[in-house]
Amino acid sequence: MTSALQKLHNIPATALFGMFVIACYIFVALFAPVIAPYGESEIVAYEFEPWSRDFWLGTDSLGRDMATRMIYGARNTIGIAFVTTLLTFLLGCVAAFLSATLQGWVDQIISRAVDVIISIPTLIFALLLLTIFGTSVYSLIIVIAIIYSTFVFRIARAVAVGIVVMDYVEAAQIRGEGLWWIMSREILPNAAPPLVAEFGLRFCFVFLTISGLSFLGLGIQPPAADWGSMVRENASLITFGDLTPLIPASAIGLLTIAVNFIVDWMLHKASGLKE
Amino acid sequence: MYPLLFLVLQRLFLGALTLFVVSLVIFASIELLPGDVAEQILGQSATPETLAAFRTELGLDLPPHTRYLNWLNNLLAGDLGTSLISQTPITDLLSERLYNTFFLAGFAALISVPLALFLGILTALHRGSSLDKAVNVVSLAAISVPEFFVAYILVFIFSVELAWFPSIANLSSDASLLERLHRTFLPALTLTLIVTAHMMRMTRASIINLLALPYIEMARLKGATPTRTIVRHALPNAVAPIVTVVAINMAYLIVGVVIVEVVFVYPGLGQLLVDSVSKRDFTVVQAACLIFSATYILFNMISDLISVMSNPRLRHRK
Repeated sequence: MTSALQKLHNIPATALFGMFVIACYIFVALFAPVIAPYGESEIVAYEFEPWSRDFWLGTDSLGRDMATRMIYGARNTIGIAFVTTLLTFLLGCVAAFLSATLQGWVDQIISRAVDVIISIPTLIFALLLLTIFGTSVYSLIIVIAIIYSTFVFRIARAVAVGIVVMDYVEAAQIRGEGLWWIMSREILPNAAPPLVAEFGLRFCFVFLTISGLSFLGLGIQPPAADWGSMVRENASLITFGDLTPLIPASAIGLLTIAVNFIVDWMLHKASGLKE
Repeated sequence: MYPLLFLVLQRLFLGALTLFVVSLVIFASIELLPGDVAEQILGQSATPETLAAFRTELGLDLPPHTRYLNWLNNLLAGDLGTSLISQTPITDLLSERLYNTFFLAGFAALISVPLALFLGILTALHRGSSLDKAVNVVSLAAISVPEFFVAYILVFIFSVELAWFPSIANLSSDASLLERLHRTFLPALTLTLIVTAHMMRMTRASIINLLALPYIEMARLKGATPTRTIVRHALPNAVAPIVTVVAINMAYLIVGVVIVEVVFVYPGLGQLLVDSVSKRDFTVVQAACLIFSATYILFNMISDLISVMSNPRLRHRK
């Protein structure tokens, strides 16, 4: 018990703050239907009602409760960004480990394809692909995952190339283990620590890109509540001096900062630096 | 031989190759459509005859490589094709918007480059000071929040509360330069804040790396004044990394324009791109994506070239 407290004490305040914020977000996202006072896209009053006891943050451009949409937004926005990041890592890591283990032309083909995709600006390529596949949540997840997996590929490949030459991998190969075994049992556990920090950073980028696309009306589609599109739908309130539409935007910013704090701390710990 | 000339030519060739492959990718992406463009535009109800006629009109009956070469040929001649929705030549649609976008990006670059360099050098020299910490927190926040958040905060402060600048940056083509600057100030400021944060952090990091080198310590130890150490010894070697940082951030800026243009309803290329994506106007999207990508690749290539050329070991003939 004391050692656990000791450990907690050693974590810097910024990282603790980050963990607390993320825990709150996860709680809200998981229990959204319980916490939210109204239904996700239920029209409960007139448009743009001010803040009141019934409507904590007022109502939006269609008369839906803002607080409710914020709460469901946590679920949709973070959920979709998280699933996308998972898929990004799955694609990126499998391609990278294949590249590193097989080498030769497989490595050449995948690496050159990645070079091309990376040389096109992310947002522009996403817009191009969304035009072709249409703007639905599924195409959004797949398009973003493919684009960002190129960045994961580069890092995971660099890490894996160093692991493939280790004796234990050679031993496994001689033992006659299959490709999948080598990738999942030999390379993955040893490549995991740097990739975990990368996961946090990538999540931030994916989260910001998806919010940006939703803000442009090309990401998560209505009537699903989502923070990016909430800003866009209610932006006209800002010109009347009401900052309510910026609450979802600051929710996005707060989560990004919280994740960054934790990633900083993890990188700091991994680099072996002591205060 | 001239190793520098060789390296420069190599980078130029790589840049041209990247551009070619990217144009191929942008062209080929349309081929991924279920069916083809004609079916997508005319919809389910089209008769086979109208479909065939439309395909001939768009040149879809030709094999893909011929179409690509035609497209590329017209592109190099300055003809970007016609919009599928409005049937107007894309060149007409783009020309003014392209100018507006570059105007906005250039305006933002004019403010952000000197500001970022100044802050970057200042914070690197006074590392750990309260100024350094304050700038660090502000720049971290500017990077972490979405672009539209920064934009709306500025709208709230400068256009709602203070009423100094308009919140919508619509331009008429005959506006005077002064009016243009006034109307584009808020979008430019938004871009400035975002790009400055990146640029300043990178400048700071490269200067700090530089100051840790032995020859700077040598200069200090031999008794050179701090000003002389910085101006005479550090700066000549800092130019290369700083110019590289600036070029990379110009590439950022060109792409960052998209969301900012939408927030301020600015008549630029980004706005057109977003509109065309929701209308699924494939030809316009292709053209706009190509222009954005080409500019991005160009700036990245420039930054690469500068970092190669600034290496004195390569500049002199061996």
